[in-house]
Amino acid sequence: MPFNPIYLFELAMTCYFAAMIVSITELFRGTKTTSRLMLFFAGLGFALHTANMVARYMDPEGGYLPIASFHESAAFFSWCIVLLFFYLERRYKLGLLGSFIVPLVFLIMLSSSMLPRAIKPLHPLLQSSWFGIHIGLAFLGNAAFAMAFGIGVMYLIQERFVKSKHLGGLFKRLPNLQMLDEINYRLISIGFPLLTLAIITGAIWAENALGGYWRWDPKEVWSLITWLIYALILHVRLTSGWRGRKVAVLSILGFLAVLFTFFGVNLFINTTHTEFLK
Amino acid sequence: MNLIVIGLNHKTADVEVREKVAFAGEKLEPALTQLCQMDEVQEAIVLSTCNRVEIYTNVNNGNRAEVDIKDFISRFHGVSREALDRSLFVRPGDEGIRHIFRVASSLDSMVVGEPQILGQLKDAYEFSLERKKTGILLNRLVKKAISVAKRVRTETRIAENAVSISFAAVELARKIFDDLSTKSAMLLGAGEMAELAARHLINAGVKSMLVSNRTHARACELASEFNGKPVKFEDFINEMAHVDIVICSTGAPNYVVLKEQVKEVMKARRNRPIFFIDISVPRNLDPAINDLDNVYLYDVDDLQGVVDTNVEQRRQEAEKAEAIVTEEITSFNRWLSSLDAVPTVVALREQAEMVRDEELSKALNKLGDADERTTKVIRALAHNIVNKMLHPPTATLRTEAADKENLIDLVRRIYKLDSGEE
Repeated sequence: MPFNPIYLFELAMTCYFAAMIVSITELFRGTKTTSRLMLFFAGLGFALHTANMVARYMDPEGGYLPIASFHESAAFFSWCIVLLFFYLERRYKLGLLGSFIVPLVFLIMLSSSMLPRAIKPLHPLLQSSWFGIHIGLAFLGNAAFAMAFGIGVMYLIQERFVKSKHLGGLFKRLPNLQMLDEINYRLISIGFPLLTLAIITGAIWAENALGGYWRWDPKEVWSLITWLIYALILHVRLTSGWRGRKVAVLSILGFLAVLFTFFGVNLFINTTHTEFLK
Repeated sequence: MNLIVIGLNHKTADVEVREKVAFAGEKLEPALTQLCQMDEVQEAIVLSTCNRVEIYTNVNNGNRAEVDIKDFISRFHGVSREALDRSLFVRPGDEGIRHIFRVASSLDSMVVGEPQILGQLKDAYEFSLERKKTGILLNRLVKKAISVAKRVRTETRIAENAVSISFAAVELARKIFDDLSTKSAMLLGAGEMAELAARHLINAGVKSMLVSNRTHARACELASEFNGKPVKFEDFINEMAHVDIVICSTGAPNYVVLKEQVKEVMKARRNRPIFFIDISVPRNLDPAINDLDNVYLYDVDDLQGVVDTNVEQRRQEAEKAEAIVTEEITSFNRWLSSLDAVPTVVALREQAEMVRDEELSKALNKLGDADERTTKVIRALAHNIVNKMLHPPTATLRTEAADKENLIDLVRRIYKLDSGEE
């Protein structure tokens, strides 16, 4: 082993923490320097995080995609969010996006850090090519929903400023409403097919491995609820032209469902999905 | 060489006085010529705008020049000295430098942060420069003032926020919509401020402008002025389904658009956001419209509130700008004092000696085993060449020539004595 993966994880988390502190101070007093500093810490954290995932893969006990245990999948969840964050940052340069996303990344990392980190041989059920596809799709979708959540929060704050006519410094630095609304829509239009494919691949995999497409497993039920919320958002948007505040609220609700599907179900309810994690 | 600023502006004089002493148009040229014919005056710039009439000069004797210039203004415009003295201010030396830096940075403007004054200062400077009425001091001072103004603009947010109602409306539109060039607007009624807001929106790039008025002929007239499209007053509600910004100022005594109507409009728009600007007093748009989703309504008071916050913000930024000005005065004074002969002679000498010693040690190293006598001769040779070369320029600098500062500046530039510093 060239380096200790646990150590890398702590370092990555420390970087995310630093990025979070800078991103929160940015809300109060933002300059070019603070936003560069935030991106630097987030970027360094991402690099260390990636190195940690590689190290886990190279570990003699590992050799599989490090997204199997609860610890690993939570970390992978934040990794996907950071990846998408950098993409959006480059593409749209939304002011203050980091202040709403990086704290979320850190919190998910923090919860990941509190879960057992041992690298164990892969459960026989997971030794399937569906493993990477199913989980990868699910978390990329979840990352898009996490972004839509952050952007939804930004929208609600900015909308409150415009409606209440209190136009302070934060109003000046937050992006315009139309852009926030459109990006929220785009993210959900990307996240929704990813989630749909994750559910379909999960069903096929379940049929192969367990002999049944759908077994009303709590994870499956909650995924379905999440799926329905996002289906509703896209539906009302396309048919009734819902947009703006209502959609922003729904995208926040949707993400709460995502979080419960991932954390709540894993922690509080026994399911097929959590059996592999023990 | 003494800087002296004499003038009056919106802070010291009413418009009645300002217009009497303005050096507008044709008057500027003779004024500048007469100023520079005075014995005391070496350089002059006359800045005459609607808010200020100021004369920046480089003079020999400050006290004598002050009297001469005041007399000149009084004579030129036929205004009594007593009347002038009540409004004129005199700022010599550092105070003058500070004044020019503050004027350029728009810290002295009626609306702090408005950038027009910098352009006016540049024009006044160019005018003098073309007529060779400026020299070493004012050239450097104005260039510095322009760079101070740029620094203030980039390092503070002094000019960032709108401080007029019509601009505030545009600023808000930019926070509601992403790209104004894909948006269209409608002007309902006509009022000076509403037309101004419409004009600002057109400048900001809105795609099209519709105009509606109770008097259709007036709508057509305004529409052609804006390159827009007139709309019959009975139809404006229907048109609301297609425009994104509505500026309203009809002069009607009651609400001309009600919440229920806008609700219907929003259905037709499929909830695409719409921004209402109600500049009429009494108000023409039902304030309850603002409660609808994706509808934003601002009336005159709301916009005034935005402007007030922005003005307050500018005031805070102005404090940062004052600090920058103070810093730059120090840096300008460093340059001014370098125009003294002594430091220049010292600097020139140090530079020459450094080169001499470097070259000497290189040469002696090459010779290696040179005996004491050879070394001595070579050293003496180097010393003598340097001393003889330096003698004429240093002697010239020490004599009190009339254009001493120009000579010193020239020497500093030729020998690059200020490298490392700006």
